[in-house]
Parts: sequence; C-alpha cells; structure tokens
Amino acid sequence: MSINRRQFLRRAGMVTALGLGGSFVITGLRGKKVEAAATSAASEYGTSKNALVAKHWAMVVDMSKFRSEEDFKRVVKSCVSIHNIPDFGNPKDEIKWIWKDDYEHTFSGGENEYLTENFKELPFTVMCNHCEHPPCVKACPTGATFKREDGIVAMDFHRCIGCRFCMGACPFGARSFNYRDPRPFIEKANPDFPTRTPGVVEKCTFCVERLADGLMPACVEASNGGLIFGDLDDPKSKVRKLISTRFTIRRKTELGTQPSVYYLVGGDEHA
Amino acid sequence: MLEKALTGSKKYWAWIIFLLAVIAVGLVAYFKQFNYGLGLTGMSRDVSWGLYIAQFTFLVGVAASAVMLVTPYYLHDFKKFGKMVILGEFLAISAVIMCVLFIFVDVGQPMRILNVLLYPQLHSVMFYDMCVLVGYLVINFVVGWTTLGAERKGTPPPKWIRFLILLSIPWAFSIHTVTAFLYAGLPGREFWATAIMAARFLASAFAAGPSLLILLVMIVRKVSKFDADPPGVGAIQSLVKIIRYAMIANVFFYICEVFTAFYSNVPGEMAPFKYAFVGLDGHASLVPFMWTATFLAFLGIALLVLPTRKNKVLLPIALISVFLANWIDKGIVLIIAGFVPNAFGRVTEYFPTGNEISIVVGVYAIGALILTVLYKVAVSVRTQNDL
Amino acid sequence: MYKGGKIIASLIIFVAFLTFPFFSNMGKANAGPEALAATVSQLAGKQCVEPASYMRTNHMQLLNQWRNADVRDGKTVYVNTQGKSFDISLQSCVECHSTQATATTTGVSNPVLNTSSDQFCVSCHTYASVKPTCWSCHAGPEGATK
Repeated sequence: MSINRRQFLRRAGMVTALGLGGSFVITGLRGKKVEAAATSAASEYGTSKNALVAKHWAMVVDMSKFRSEEDFKRVVKSCVSIHNIPDFGNPKDEIKWIWKDDYEHTFSGGENEYLTENFKELPFTVMCNHCEHPPCVKACPTGATFKREDGIVAMDFHRCIGCRFCMGACPFGARSFNYRDPRPFIEKANPDFPTRTPGVVEKCTFCVERLADGLMPACVEASNGGLIFGDLDDPKSKVRKLISTRFTIRRKTELGTQPSVYYLVGGDEHA
Repeated sequence: MLEKALTGSKKYWAWIIFLLAVIAVGLVAYFKQFNYGLGLTGMSRDVSWGLYIAQFTFLVGVAASAVMLVTPYYLHDFKKFGKMVILGEFLAISAVIMCVLFIFVDVGQPMRILNVLLYPQLHSVMFYDMCVLVGYLVINFVVGWTTLGAERKGTPPPKWIRFLILLSIPWAFSIHTVTAFLYAGLPGREFWATAIMAARFLASAFAAGPSLLILLVMIVRKVSKFDADPPGVGAIQSLVKIIRYAMIANVFFYICEVFTAFYSNVPGEMAPFKYAFVGLDGHASLVPFMWTATFLAFLGIALLVLPTRKNKVLLPIALISVFLANWIDKGIVLIIAGFVPNAFGRVTEYFPTGNEISIVVGVYAIGALILTVLYKVAVSVRTQNDL
Repeated sequence: MYKGGKIIASLIIFVAFLTFPFFSNMGKANAGPEALAATVSQLAGKQCVEPASYMRTNHMQLLNQWRNADVRDGKTVYVNTQGKSFDISLQSCVECHSTQATATTTGVSNPVLNTSSDQFCVSCHTYASVKPTCWSCHAGPEGATK
C-alpha cells in the first residue's frame, strides 16, 4: 500500500472531522427535539400576581434622612444580609453593592477649595445607577449584564465570563468582581438567594427578586424614607413628583449615561 | 513541514527544553490561580485589568506589525523584503496566540469563554475583538504555511493566496484599531477616551513590532545559515526607516495627548498623566517606568535618525530601546494609569504578584516556543533550497 | 520496522494513556440509581414539576429554560403541562428532593473540586459522571455540593 504520510494524515483528519462534526449534529438535533417536546407540551412562563412592574424604575436618595452612622449601616446591612455579600476584610478584593462615600468623591471632578470640610465630607449613599444608556451593557461581550424592559440593569451570573470589561466601562465604580471564593466570608448566608462563584462580576440589581414578589428593595425598606423607589414613567409616582418639584442632582451627567439614581439636595428642608 | 522542527542542534534542543521548563512553572502558577481565583493577582476592585490585559494589548500591536512587511512586498512589489516576510507572518502567528492565551488567563470563568460566540452581542467591541483576532490568526497561518510549503516544493504559491494576503493588510489595521476601541469607547475613563488612541496604537505597533522582527532576524543569522537580509539587499535598513517614522509619529501623538491634557488644564484629563510622570496623591509607582520609557523612546529615535543606525552595535541598542519604550508604555503604564484615579477620584495602586508574573512569563515562553518552532521550519526550508 | 523499538514503545505508552480511565476505575463499584425513593421525601399527593418520566430525560433542558426565564426574562412562575404553578427556583426542587430541610452550603469552596454526598441528585449524577455546578452558588440541601 503506497500512501505517504501527508495523505494518511489528511484522510485521518477528514474522517475525524466528519466523525466529530457528525456527532455534534446528532447531539444538536436530539437536543432540538427535546426542546421542541419541552416547549410544545403546553407549559408556560409567567410572573407572580403581586409582582411590581414599572416602565422605568428609579431611586431618589434623600440624604436628609441619613443622619447617623446607624442609618447607613442599617441600609448597607439589609443588602449585604439578603444577598450573601462577603466581607473579605480588604479593599483589594472588596465587594460592595451599596455603600457610602463623601460628597467630594461621589461627585468628583470639581475640586472646590472654598468648600468647607463639612460639605466635602457630607456622606452620600451610592450604588449602581441603573443608567438608561449603560456603558457596561454596551461593553459586555456575552450579554451577561443587560438592561431589562423596566430599566433595571440586571446581571446573569451564569453567563458572565469574568472579563471585567464592564468594570472598566462603568464610570461610577459600581461593580465588584469575585476575586476569590466568597462563601467562607459570608457572615450569615441567606438560603433563598444564591451566592456567587469566584470569577463573576456583581452589583446592585435593585432587588429584582424582591420586586417579583411584590416587595420594595431591601435598602429602601431599611432606609426609613431615606431611599424612595418608584416608576419614573408614572406621573403619579413619588419619585416623579420629587424630581419635578425638588432640586436633585445625579452623578456625572455630562457623560450622557442618564443615571436613574437622583440625589435630593435642594428644596424646603435644606434651605 | 513540521518535522523540520524535530531535528536540530544541541543548542536548539537546550533552548526548547528551557522554554518547556518555564512553561511548566507558568502552568503550575496558572493552576493555583484557577483554583483560588484571580485574587492571586494584584488586580483589585479599582484596578480591574492588569498585566495580562496589558500584555494582550501590546502583543496585538506586534501581531499587526506584520503588515509593515506584507504591504510593501506584496502590494507594492518591494522585493527587498522578500526573505523577511515569512518571518514577519510567523511572528504575527506567535503574537496572536499569546494574545488569546493572555485573555484566557485573565478571564474569571475561562470555561465559559465560548459564551462570547454562543451569545454574540453586536454592540460589544470585545466580541469584534475576538472575531478579528481569530480571523487574523487563521489568515496568517494559511498564508505563511502555504507560501512556505510552495517554496519547499519549488513551485509558485496558488493564485488564491494573493487574495488572502491582500485581505490581511486591512485586517491587520483592524485588529489593532478594534483593540484601541476597547479603550477609546469607555466614557468614564478620561485617560483612554481619546480619539487619537487608535492612531497611537498603530504608530507604536509599527515601531515595536518591526524592531522585534529585526532583532529576531539578527538572532536567526547567528544561529542558522539563513540570512533574511543578505549583504547588499538593505532590507533591514528599509525597515529601519519605517520604524523610525512610526516611532516619531508615536512620540508626536503622545506629545499631542500631553498638550491637550495640560494646556486645557482639565483636572480629569491631567490626573492620569500626573500619576504616570510625577505621581498622584503620594502614589508614584509608575513614575520610574514612565521616565525610562520616555528616555528610551528619544534615545531610540536619535539612534535611528543619526548614522548610528548603520552601526552593528548601536542599531540593536536602538531597536531594543524602541521596543522597550513601547512595551513599557502599552504593557505597563497605559492600562494601569487608565484606572487612576478611580471613579471616586481616589488612587489605588497596582502591584503584580509573583504568581501573576510567573503566568505572564509562562505565556511569553509559549509564544517563544511557537516562534522557535515556526522559525525552525521556515529557516530549514529556506536553507534547504539555498534561497 | 524502521525505528521499530521507538514506535512500539510509544504505542504501548499511548494505549496505556488511552485506557487509563478504565483501569483506574476497575473494581470501584458504583451503584446505579436504585434507592431513589429513600432519598425523596414523598409528601402525600405531591408530584414533581413534570411527570417523572419526562423529568428523567428532560430535567436538564427544563432547568436551563427556568434559568433563562427567571434571570433574563423576569418570569418567576412556571405553569406545568397539568396547569399547576411552581415558583421558578431550585428550592422548588430541593423541597422534595432532599433528605432534610434546606440548608446552605456556606463554607464550601471551589465547585470544580468537590466530592460526594448522599443527596438525591448525587445518586444518578455520580453514576453518570456528570458534575453540574449548581451548588457552587445556589443553596442546596446540605452536603449536595455537586
């Protein structure tokens, strides 16, 4: 049999490719058949009756209601406890969904030497702004972070490959990455919410799982009126009324991302 | 043709074994990182991209630089580059493979990396980056292997190869432009969101890549009988001209950036440059790197402009200077300084860990191994035909 | 044979590598899924989300559909072929398919490396050698780390 090495390799390669390709096709077809069976069997998906719905969820932060350290702690704790957020104890690996920072740094970019220290250090509650034009969603190569119809920028932890492009894209520093296994660092795990694995990005999700059950986000409930949550698209909602009657500011509006988190700074109580 | 890489001198095998040893160390380090998580690197919540992505960014440039040989030779019939083109194409292959590897080691869930192809997001620059990089790898591999194979048989290459070769020219520009767009499209990072980013990337790539190539040609000359630039041809000097102008353009673009930032006096624009050149808020870890790069850049340009460029000793020094200057600028400063200051105006510094550096060196060793094997094949074919 | 010694030696090594999984598992008895009923706390009248025969072949696809519906489409309720509603959550499965009340898997580290337990899922999955990574994030029945 006179076949040279190159011909042999070529034929072996083709047979392997055919075999592999064929097996993929067969598996794929079998999978499609199962999918069809699953979906044709008259089952359907829906939402709970008491789910809260909106066209554009937004939050108004009333800093006048955040008077003591206790107010901030309570709000942060509400998020940390129900979402199994770990405490690694170091700023490098830190994961935070909602936290506080001072005026000078939250609204950075305008150094004002005449602003007194107490204004520079005014604390503000910060979290993901759930922008209308989120740069993080634009950046995500897999669609693991995506904008829902109700305006919430959601996370699909199953799809995230951990490339951290979204973290670079976010102008607000709202996102955290699981640089290591979070489970040993969770103070008290909530079994009704998953933890995350190392290698995925996470951030505030406006408590979508609570909204689906008809509950307000945890931080809103714990804030005693400091955080007001509602549908910006509904002219009768409290958030819409607040924004149209009082003076509010948002972070880095010059970037055009249209954040959905508004900070009440002017108006009657603050004059 | 691969069998040509399986025969070699003692020195060749010693080099291969050395590379394999380095790769093994890198692999062990990677397994450690895979099990623990990326926390084993120096990356943090504020500086979320580090050495891995920086090396990827730099190497995309090196890969793209093959176009500086392909265009003159194939498009403009510049015969002088005839013997060097294959070395440029193989360098591109090695560089692109290293790029893919650096992405792989940087990603938090590498097992899910195919999600980028399974769930393509047409608005994401990173999706396009993956597509163009893989495409470039395929093009270069097919072109390089086919032309070399044809040479070995002593026949002219098939006609369709010309289409692929011409395709590789805009494609090379595109891979580095898309990579630049990764950075230039991010609204919150003032250091990166500049229109000139893609131009800077290309200019620095066309300076660094060919510099490395000439150095490799010199090494190949020493370790084999193949001379890609025989006396009297002047291919190296022609390429030196390209490097010289690319580097001048690169430095000029950088000066443009510095002018815009500092003359406009916008704090957000100035801050990262201040961090790189003099330090910010007491943090100055990048300063020595930045000034070294600046010095090397001007030294390189000077040595390439003056008659020293023809000097046997000063030319390699010039090329190493240009290469290192670009490597420091893209492979260290650019990425890190982009995250300084962070979204809240604070400075978080980044220091790579030992494990991280082992992985980086390991990936470079894999690239060197691929390059060695490919070059061995190319050199063997060339010297066998006495071309 | 030209270089016969090297070729035969390499072939032997190659075959050894190829058959290694068979040899390393020889003698290790791995019971198939037999004692299923014992690990399912049967509540009177309670039936699984879909009939058992359907679940046996399709639970993987159903779980994927549930995942996409809940996370990506915001649909939190599943109405099965018999018209019964279920909360889309792994807890809907764990409620029955566990030997004790739902507990967390706090303290369990990297999912890729973990080993055995005696929960329901494990009985088939060890036998079939399929390691889904659900429990690296989701709170499963205690010990179900596969």
